[in-house]
Parts: sequence; C-alpha cells; structure tokens
Amino acid sequence: MAAGHSPMEQFEIKPLLPLDIAGFDVSFTNSSLWMLLAVVASAAFLTLGVKRDGIVPGRLQSIVEIFHDFILRQTLMPVMGEEGRKFFPFVFSLFIFIFFTNFLGLLPYSFPVTSHVAVTFAMALMVFAVVLVVGFFTHGLRFLTLFVPSGVPAWIMPVIVPIEVISFLSRPISLSLRLAANMLAGHTMLKVFAGFVVSLLGAGGIFSALSIAPLLAGVALTALEVLVAAVQAWVFAMLTCIYLNEAVHLHDHH
Amino acid sequence: MDAEAAKLIGAGIATLPLMGAGIGIGNVFGNYLAGALRNPSAAASQQTNLLLGFAFCEATGLFGLVVSFMLLFAV
Repeated sequence: MAAGHSPMEQFEIKPLLPLDIAGFDVSFTNSSLWMLLAVVASAAFLTLGVKRDGIVPGRLQSIVEIFHDFILRQTLMPVMGEEGRKFFPFVFSLFIFIFFTNFLGLLPYSFPVTSHVAVTFAMALMVFAVVLVVGFFTHGLRFLTLFVPSGVPAWIMPVIVPIEVISFLSRPISLSLRLAANMLAGHTMLKVFAGFVVSLLGAGGIFSALSIAPLLAGVALTALEVLVAAVQAWVFAMLTCIYLNEAVHLHDHH
Repeated sequence: MDAEAAKLIGAGIATLPLMGAGIGIGNVFGNYLAGALRNPSAAASQQTNLLLGFAFCEATGLFGLVVSFMLLFAV
C-alpha cells in the first residue's frame, strides 16, 4: 500500500465552497455535492420515467414502475395494509434517496454519503419524529400503551416496560448505524483489497502474478456491495414501515 | 499498560461480534435452505424475509466494527 493512503481516506469530508454563517461551518462539501447529485439523478430518473406516461410503459417507465410497485405493494402494504398508502411518499422518498446515494457512492472517486452516521442519523431521527407525531396524533396518550405488551403477567411489567422504552428509544441509533456501518465496512473492504493489488504488483516477480487474486476478490466484493447497497436501502424503508405500522396500529394487527 | 496498546487490544476484541454474525448468517441461510428443500413451492415467497434476516445479522456484526473503528480513530 502506498504510504499515506489509508483505506479510511475516502471518507474524509473536504469543503469545496467554504462557508461560515454565524460561527457555524456550513461549507458546501464533497458530501453535499454527492447528496445533490443523488437528488438530481433520482429526480431526473423519476420525472423522465413518467414523462410520456404511456399505458404501455417504455423501458425507463417500467423501471420507475418497478420501484414504485416494489415499495408500495411489496413493502408498505404487506406491513401496514391499505392505510399505508398515505405514508407512501415519505417511505418512497427515503428509499430512493438512500438507494441513489448508496449506488452513486459505489462509483470510483465518488463519495459514499450514507457511510457517515451524521447523515443516516438525521434520516433516522426524522423517521423517529414522524412515528412519534403519527402515534400521538392518531391515539393521543393511548400511544403510550405501545410500551405495555398485552398478555404479559403484571408482576413482570416493571421489567418489561423499561426494556420496551429503551428499545424504542434506541431505534434511531440502530437504524442509522446499520446503514452507515454497512456502507463504511463495504467501502473500507474494497479499498483494502485494492491496496493488496497495488502492493503485490509493486513487490515484483511471482508476487506480481499473484495480484490477480485480490483483484478477482475485489470484483466479487463489488458485486456483493451492489447487493448490500440495494438491500440496506430497502431495509431502511422496511423498518420505517414497521415502526410506522406500530404507531398507527399499536400492537393489534390490521 | 500503555493506553495506545490497550486501545489496539480493545479494537481487536471488538471484532469478536463477527463470530455471532457468522453463526447468524449461517443460521439464516441454512434454515432457509432446509425449509426450501422441504417445501420448494414456498421458497420464492420467503426470499424477501431471507434478505431481511441476512441484513439484520450482518448489521449486528458491523456494530462491532463501528466500536473497533471508534476505538482506533475516535477515542
């Protein structure tokens, strides 16, 4: 590995347009740039896809429709039922944003936005806030019965209720860490294997020939990362649905 | 013990969750395969649950990685 090139270097945030407002550093960074690119790419993808709006969809429109149906009919409605429809814009926006930032992050020389807990935690807090607002708005204080599971003997309640409260409060942490850690680990692993290729090639002789092995491993890992990028975006959307479902239906199933 | 050495040892110990993640992922796929061979017609419908279980297991191991990185770079 070339000196001074750590596999963690790719996660460094570099300000592109330094900005300072009232003592806060609000610079336009490489992270902001790739977030903006993800928004532009997803907006272009979705609007161009439905522009023609044909009854018989074209290629791009079919892809947009697959995304739409996947979130609405295979993720949201199986969890929440018909009432899930009103949360579709929220869940779909989250899914599309994470999906596009994950995939743009896989491009060489790009920046994996979702590998930063600051970004994913902001999204997880948003989900948490929506769950609280929806829960208290639909049920009022009855929402607090979420922490009291039914069918549990009363003497065990002093133990169960705090556990339920803590697990509820730790949801934004686990939700954000799951996504960020997956992206962080994946990108670090790719860089480590790329470093193996470079150092084996530099070693000369038989070692140069052996450098094909980490290269092939890197290709396989890239394929795995493509899967992980899609699965983690979906897991985030799926868990958002599950949390929203609890807020809407409390413990009873629809 | 030197604080730096303790940090590195701690970071090493923080990789142990990988054992659990490995067992978990093996369980998820092994049980899916066992179920799928018993009832192949139901296998396709459970693939989303399979991926969900896989993602949860993998994430648990990665929490250990986060602890390890925090010890190495943040503490």
